[in-house]
Formats: sequence, structure tokens, C-alpha cells
Amino acid sequence: MSDRIQHTAQIKSTDRRSLITPEGIDLQIQLADVGARIGAIVIDLIIINLALFLGFLVFVLAGMTVNPEVAISLYIVFALFLRSFYFLAFEMGPKAATPGKRLMKIRVAARNTAIGQARLSANAVFARNALREIEIFLPLSFLASNSENVDGLIGLMGLIWSGIFLLFPLFNKDRLRAGDLIAGTWVVRSPRPFLGRDLAKQDGRKVQIFSFSTEQIEAYGIHELHVLESVLRKNKAATLKEVADRIRKKIKWEKSALENDGDFLNAYYRALRKRLEARLIMGVRRKNKFDAR
Amino acid sequence: MTVFSPIKTSLAEMGLADQALKSERFRELRMAQWSELEELLNRMDKRGIRSLDTQEILNLPKLYRGALSALSVARATSLDQNVIAYLESLCTRAYYRLYGTQSGLGKRIMSFLNQDWPLAAQRLWKDTAIAALLILISTIAAYLLVQSHPDWFYSFVDAGLAGDRTPAASTEALRNTLYTRPEDKTGLGIFASYLFSNNSRVAIFAFALGFAFGLPTIFFMLSTGFMLGGFIGLFASRDLGYEVGGWLIIHGSTEIFAIILAGGAGLHIGRAIAFPGSLSRTQSAALAGRTSGLLMVGVILMLLCAGLLEGYARQIITGDFLRYSLGIGLFILWMIYLYIPRRPKGLTAR
Repeated sequence: MSDRIQHTAQIKSTDRRSLITPEGIDLQIQLADVGARIGAIVIDLIIINLALFLGFLVFVLAGMTVNPEVAISLYIVFALFLRSFYFLAFEMGPKAATPGKRLMKIRVAARNTAIGQARLSANAVFARNALREIEIFLPLSFLASNSENVDGLIGLMGLIWSGIFLLFPLFNKDRLRAGDLIAGTWVVRSPRPFLGRDLAKQDGRKVQIFSFSTEQIEAYGIHELHVLESVLRKNKAATLKEVADRIRKKIKWEKSALENDGDFLNAYYRALRKRLEARLIMGVRRKNKFDAR
Repeated sequence: MTVFSPIKTSLAEMGLADQALKSERFRELRMAQWSELEELLNRMDKRGIRSLDTQEILNLPKLYRGALSALSVARATSLDQNVIAYLESLCTRAYYRLYGTQSGLGKRIMSFLNQDWPLAAQRLWKDTAIAALLILISTIAAYLLVQSHPDWFYSFVDAGLAGDRTPAASTEALRNTLYTRPEDKTGLGIFASYLFSNNSRVAIFAFALGFAFGLPTIFFMLSTGFMLGGFIGLFASRDLGYEVGGWLIIHGSTEIFAIILAGGAGLHIGRAIAFPGSLSRTQSAALAGRTSGLLMVGVILMLLCAGLLEGYARQIITGDFLRYSLGIGLFILWMIYLYIPRRPKGLTAR
């Protein structure tokens, strides 16, 4: 086990989307953030250009001596196929992600649409990648063709117009590209799930040292329990001490000489969770410490 | 062979003390199944579905449903955030595996050729007809204008594309551009692959720009028609109408058909966004995009054929009659292939 934070973090509410399975369960999924997506496309473009360069070496330089014509036409077709089918082939695969996306731990998925069952189809992948042409390669071609034969103003207008597509994901809440919009897809995070240890499972002897009165336990609600959980999982001595002191003050707990902050917090966490879960089963979900139930 | 592990019922067996929380026990009881599912998913990611034996494949949906039900229970009874977040991401991962793209590449290609492509073309026949009409009208208009005034040619046809074929050229020179058979075939291959690459980008643009309410697509169709009409008009004014027809139709029946289909796909999306009906605009766009995306894959294939015809066949076959019969024959084949009614078979990925 490494010393990275070993738990699956909660999803921010702005990134959280629902995904209803055919079994009727709402899975909460997380949208990919803009940084990850830019990172992914940059990695993919680097890979494509490297491959183009290698292809150039193989087809043109090596083929030149044998048959220059075949070499060049093969290279043109190779370049076209590589650029269009790189994204298609990878996103149609079972992981639905290009190597760049895989590295950034994101993937393409079907949005919930009017048709109901959200299954990523090959046509959707094609549609989202067809629009990549106008999103990325069109602005680039306007930039490149800014020479004598194109009027400067027209070039600028073209750049602005195509820039709208490029920046499209920044201006809608689901961060859809124009291609995603058309294809009924979006890009979501696909993190590896990690099950941390159960904080309620503790050494029985240690727990018995701490016995809290009902009043002391009732001081907090679910929100505070969750904050306490993340504090315990991060396990930083300074934070533990600060939180422990505040809880002791709030519940008027006398600190004994040998008492360890971590043990105290673990025991309190367990007691609080036991109490709140017992009430949860009876239908009372006490949101936070201000919730009077 | 791993056998599906039943839930252990005896708590004592697991060494749990009496004071364990309900959510704690729940987790202890189910955890083995979760990690089994996780292990199967990891293996599939690394080595593909073939690395699973029959029993494991049969277990997979059971384990998935088990995890889903555990998620529901955990949401209702557990306040352990980590367990809920873990189950959410585990279930999502399994969901994408089980409900994701599944059929093999070969099967998909066969189903695409057998039914998906023709069915998509048939479903979009109205939009395709509109695109065809736009091209037809603009072709006739440009033809008539160039007939009356050859100078119109310059406003319809891009100078770079026209090359030597302008009103300034002599009739003899024009005739030569139609029939020149290169001494050796050097350059034909480059030309063909260049044309394919160029044409498929044009078609993709006609499709992709459709979502600006279809307006750029309409413009695209019209300008294609103008160019076509301009060419025919120029040659017809020199009594080369029949000959230029052969020069164009040999690949044009395939290429212009493909561009019309691409235009139809673009218009379909534009229409879906402009008039979404009872759906939301994004939903309607997504629905239209799936069918038209399918059609576009076919369009690219057609353009590949057209590029080969234009680059090779046209330069090699110089007889007018042969050119016409090949062009018209291909057109009839495409029509039969795409528009003969066929019944959708079984489960198709829509």
C-alpha cells in the first residue's frame, strides 16, 4: 500500500451527473474536467504527429528509392486514415478512450437521451469525431491559410467563428463539445474504485475506554460525520489534534492524560455513526448539527 | 476456475463481534463479491474478455447486480462515504463493461453493410431528396447562366480547381483535357489519394456544419451545384456537352451521390436542431446525429470508390460510351443497394 490518499473521494456537486441503469439504479458519475480533456487531446495529437513523422520516414524516404509515386500516395492515404481512424478505433473499443484519455483517466460515454438506454454506439463515436474536423482542424487551417490568397478580414472572421466551436465546452454545464452535442455523448471520469478500510472496525478494547453519553453523541449530524471521516482518512496529526480539541470542547469531554487524539476521534466517529445509522434505519436522516431532529 | 461465492451467513465464521455496526457487518459480508467483480473487470481491461472462463462470464452479471443492490442498501443504511463512493464507481465501471459496445469488429462491419447503412439512408430520404434538389437547381441555374455568358464561369468555379479548363481555352484544348491519357501512369495514384482525402473532408464539412441549422449545408450544396453547372455549361457552349457528361459521370455518379447523402445528413441534423418537436433540442440533435453519423461512414466509403474512379478509371477509360455505362451502372447499383426496402433484423445497435 502506498501512502497516497487511499479512498475514493466524494464527487463535487457541479461535476455530478446521474446515470440510470436499466436496473433502475441511479449511478452517480463524474464529468471530466476541462484540464483533463485538454491534456488528453494534447497527448493524442502528439502521438498522431509522431506516427505521421514515422510514417513519413517509412513510406516516403524508404519508398522513394523503390517507387516514389506509390510511396507518396500511400503516405497521403495513411495520413488521412491515421487522423480520422485514430480516434474512431480507440473510442469504439471496449475502453471507449484514446490513449490520451486513458492516461487522463477519462472516457467517452453515452448521455441519457430521449431514447432511454444509454449505450455508446459506433455511429455516435463517428459523429462526435466527424465534428472534430471543424472544431480543431478548421481553426488550424484558418491560421495556416492566413497568407496572400485569403483576405485578412475573412481569415479573422473565420478564426473567430471556428474559435466558437473550440471553446464550446467551456460554455455549457455538461462540458460538451459540438461533437458530443450531436452524438449524444459526453466525457466522464473513469477512476479506479478504491475501497478504504472501514473506519468503524476498530480494536474493541480501545473503543471501550471511550464511552459517550447520548447527549454527547447527539451533538453532530451526518455532514459532520462525513467531514470527520475525511479527516480520519487523511490522517494528518495537526488536523487530528485541532478537530479533536474542537469536539472535546463542544461535547465537554475531559481529556485524560494518556488519551490519544486519533483514538478519541476514531471512537467518537464510531459512536456517532452507530447512532446516526440506527436513526437512519428508523427513517430519520439528521443532516447536520443544526438539524433539530 | 473461480466459483461464484455465496454470501457467508454465519457471522461467527467471519470473526465479527456482537457490537459490530450493521453497516460494518453488511460490508464484511458483501466485500468478497465486490472484490471478485473488481478482479474480473481488471482482468478484462488488461487481457480482454477472452481471459475469462465460462463460469466467470456467467458470474459477471450476477456480481454486477449484486453490487448494484449493495449500492442501494448502502445508500439507505450506511453513512460510510467511502463504501458508497466505491460502489458507485465500481458499478459504473461494470455498467460500461456490460452495457458498452460489445459486438466484434467483423460482425459490426457486416451488420453495417447488410442493414445499418441502407436503413440509415432510407430513414433520411427526405433530407437527401432536398439536398439533391438543391444541387439540381443550382446546376441548372449555373448551366443556363454560363451558356448565356461564359464569363459567369469565373464566379462559379474555383480557379485552382479549373486548371486549364476556362472559357479562355480553345475548344481543342478543352477537348484534350477530357481525353488526355497520360503517357505513363505516374501521378495517378497521388492524384487519386489526394482527391479522396479532399472529397471526404468536403463531405465531412457538409455534414458537420449541418448543426448550424443546416444553413452552411445548403450553401455547400448550392456551391457544389454551381461548380458542376459551370463546368457543364462551359463545355456545352463548345458543343462538348455529351463528352463532358462522360468525363463527369464516371466518378460523379458516385461522388455527387455521396455529397448529396452527406448534405442530407447535415440537413437532417440542422432540421432536428431547428425543429426539435417534443424533445429537447440537445436530445433531438443527439438522436439525429446517431443516424446521420452512420450514414456518413457509408459516405466516406463511397468517396473512396469515387476517388479511385476519378484517379484511375477516368484516366484509363477514354471512350464516352464506356464512361457513361460505367457511371450510370454504378448509380443504379447504389440506388438498388441503398433504397431497396429491407427488414431490420434482430437487435441492432441504434
